[in-house]
Amino acid sequence: MKRINNPQALEEIREEIVGSRDPDKPCITICSGTGCHAFGCERVTEAFEAELKKQGLEERIDIRTTGCHGFCERGPIVVINPQKIFYQRVTLKDTEEIVSETLRKNNIIDRLLYSHPQTGEKIVKEDDVPFYKGQMRIIFGNNGNIDPTSIEDYLAIGGYKALSKVLTDLSPPEIIDMIKKSGLRGRGGGGFPAGVKWESCRNAPGDRHYVICNADEGDPGAYMDRSLLEGNPHSVLEGMMIGAYAIGSDEGYIYVRNEYPLAVNNVSIAIDQLRECGLLGENILGTGFNFDIKVNRGGGAFVCGESTALMASIEGQAGEPRAKHIHTVESGLWDKPTNLNNVETWANVPLIINKGVDWYTSIGTETSKGTKIFSLVGKVNNTGLVEAPMGMSIREIVYDIGGGIPGNGKLKAVQTGGPSGGCIPESLIDIPVDFDRLTEVGSMMGSGGMIVMDDTTCMVDIAKYFLNFLKDESCGKCTTCREGTRRMYEILDIITRGEGKEGDIELLEELSWVVSEVSLCALGQTAPNPVLSTIRYFRDEYNAHIKDKRCPAGVCKALITYSIDEEKCTACGKCKRVCPSDAVTGEKKVPHKIDPEKCIRCGACITECKFDAIEVA
Amino acid sequence: MGPQAIDRILKKYDYEHFAIIAMLQDLQDKENYLPEKDLEYISERLSMPLTRIYRIATFYNAFSLTPRGKHLINVCLGTACHVRGAARVLDRLKMALGIDVGEMTKDRLFSLETVNCLGSCALGPIVVIGNDYHGQMTPARVESTIKKYRKKSPRKKDEKD
Repeated sequence: MKRINNPQALEEIREEIVGSRDPDKPCITICSGTGCHAFGCERVTEAFEAELKKQGLEERIDIRTTGCHGFCERGPIVVINPQKIFYQRVTLKDTEEIVSETLRKNNIIDRLLYSHPQTGEKIVKEDDVPFYKGQMRIIFGNNGNIDPTSIEDYLAIGGYKALSKVLTDLSPPEIIDMIKKSGLRGRGGGGFPAGVKWESCRNAPGDRHYVICNADEGDPGAYMDRSLLEGNPHSVLEGMMIGAYAIGSDEGYIYVRNEYPLAVNNVSIAIDQLRECGLLGENILGTGFNFDIKVNRGGGAFVCGESTALMASIEGQAGEPRAKHIHTVESGLWDKPTNLNNVETWANVPLIINKGVDWYTSIGTETSKGTKIFSLVGKVNNTGLVEAPMGMSIREIVYDIGGGIPGNGKLKAVQTGGPSGGCIPESLIDIPVDFDRLTEVGSMMGSGGMIVMDDTTCMVDIAKYFLNFLKDESCGKCTTCREGTRRMYEILDIITRGEGKEGDIELLEELSWVVSEVSLCALGQTAPNPVLSTIRYFRDEYNAHIKDKRCPAGVCKALITYSIDEEKCTACGKCKRVCPSDAVTGEKKVPHKIDPEKCIRCGACITECKFDAIEVA
Repeated sequence: MGPQAIDRILKKYDYEHFAIIAMLQDLQDKENYLPEKDLEYISERLSMPLTRIYRIATFYNAFSLTPRGKHLINVCLGTACHVRGAARVLDRLKMALGIDVGEMTKDRLFSLETVNCLGSCALGPIVVIGNDYHGQMTPARVESTIKKYRKKSPRKKDEKD
């Protein structure tokens, strides 16, 4: 693309791009997020290309590979524009039919449509699918409309308009004032007001200021930042550029997990495009603003999501947090004033500038404005990324958007906030989701992971799972965190092995207090949350393990036995074939049996049995 | 890796000490792990104490100081995969391969590792072998999945254990 030297040139190029595109031209949009990649969307794309060629339609029909549409459960997702026909679970075999039926004759293929789980009604348009209908996709929605590797696509939907506006019309204090008034709070977990942070950083003395985008999304079960960077990298970069201008910074960093190769790739392409057309570099849009961005790949340490650890990592050190009596906005990266925000926070910025503070503050609750992207995962029908206005209840998210619990399962708890968060029991799922209410009930917003658990999830096992994670990820600097999380894990392990004793719960509570009070960074301070929240709401499950030596959810191996329900068993022999320890016996046409001595409780027979005949007690 | 190839990596980052993590990532991308002699060479070229390089290499989970097998198997143990039974899949993989997490099979075909979340939660439990994602994994499917990779790479006659 040619250089864009001033705001007028930007608008001219935008008009040129929009003018050259026919909005009514048919377009096959194929989701190419990591989820759909795993389902083989690349091969589907190739098949479409070959099919269009074969039928001589390359000129008349476009193909666009986009970022994540969010409904990962149903991938590969294909949307036919301009009608917005939503096809799900599209395979190679379907491509020929889609081209010859839908694109040529405008016939809709019923079997590829999404059918409403309750009514069975077939739904044609993407917006009418219940998963999307309940959402408010102001940040995430464009993912489905643009090719993330095309700057033209981003410009066509109004990209860099906000940047051009702030550089020409607004002074840095005016921008900061807007962000403060918008009530934008950090989406990475803490929920600190972004505008206040920007102001402190701007006012901090120093010859150089830095801005950082934290894309070290470490919370297991959360992937909204990855999908934003993959699917709409320019929106994040535009936010960073506006922030840099407001703060007075000329250098920015994106610290992204190396486990996200597609995100690293797409954001690097976007940066190269910006440099090429002069939107990054010196004298941006002829306004005298200089700014450039570097990409740093993380090393796979969870603690590097903490701001001071992340900065140490960029400096080439081991990622250990430091005490924050001097804030990073005053002394951060290379001891210079540094402003760090998370991916989703940055992506909110252009929107606030474009649509205004009044519009933005009309969304959300009193103390939490705007929307939040949640990753709705675990035991829920519609797994995927959900963008909802702050204040929506967990019930609405899980049932209306998420389609409820699969099979005959019963909702038991929803875990939010990653390893620093807690489990919210079914009795509290009507609370509105915002930063403050989640903290009140003993959890937190975190980066937006929302893991749904049903009655086959053991809460003691979940607490053990998180403590296992945290003991491994503790950087080791503070004794309480390094040793405390280990001791807590050991106690939980003993309980799940059926060797727990009276007083273990109290000991866990005591240790929790010490770990949270004495540790330096949020990892240690919040490490006991998964334990405390499960004890608070599911104490009877702990007691069942300790006193009755029983795991009510049927998870803890030492406390369960497998058996076969003779009524349900059809003697098909599947379980016998998959059993790795030869524990299943039985002849043809005779219900099978499991030898509890030989059984290693690996679960292979459960996943194979089509008749639900394996019982766990 | 030869000294020239390593120098190319170091030069890419202007021999800057702060880029050590990126340098080690590039080295590992090529070698599959961080060979000791290469780290010694980097230490010499950068005038950086080997202890500091060792600290970085052992602090960050992504680095391995021991060789990895031809196919790296990564089992996602994120929360979403966990509640859908990832631990049972991992147990079965350990059994099928006869190795523990962090180890390599004797024939050098497989290494087994775990990762805390791949962000492909909708597909959980997920197992990644090389660059291939295997979603909605079950303990029963473990054997047949590994078998495909055994077939893909028949052992060479001159290969030793």
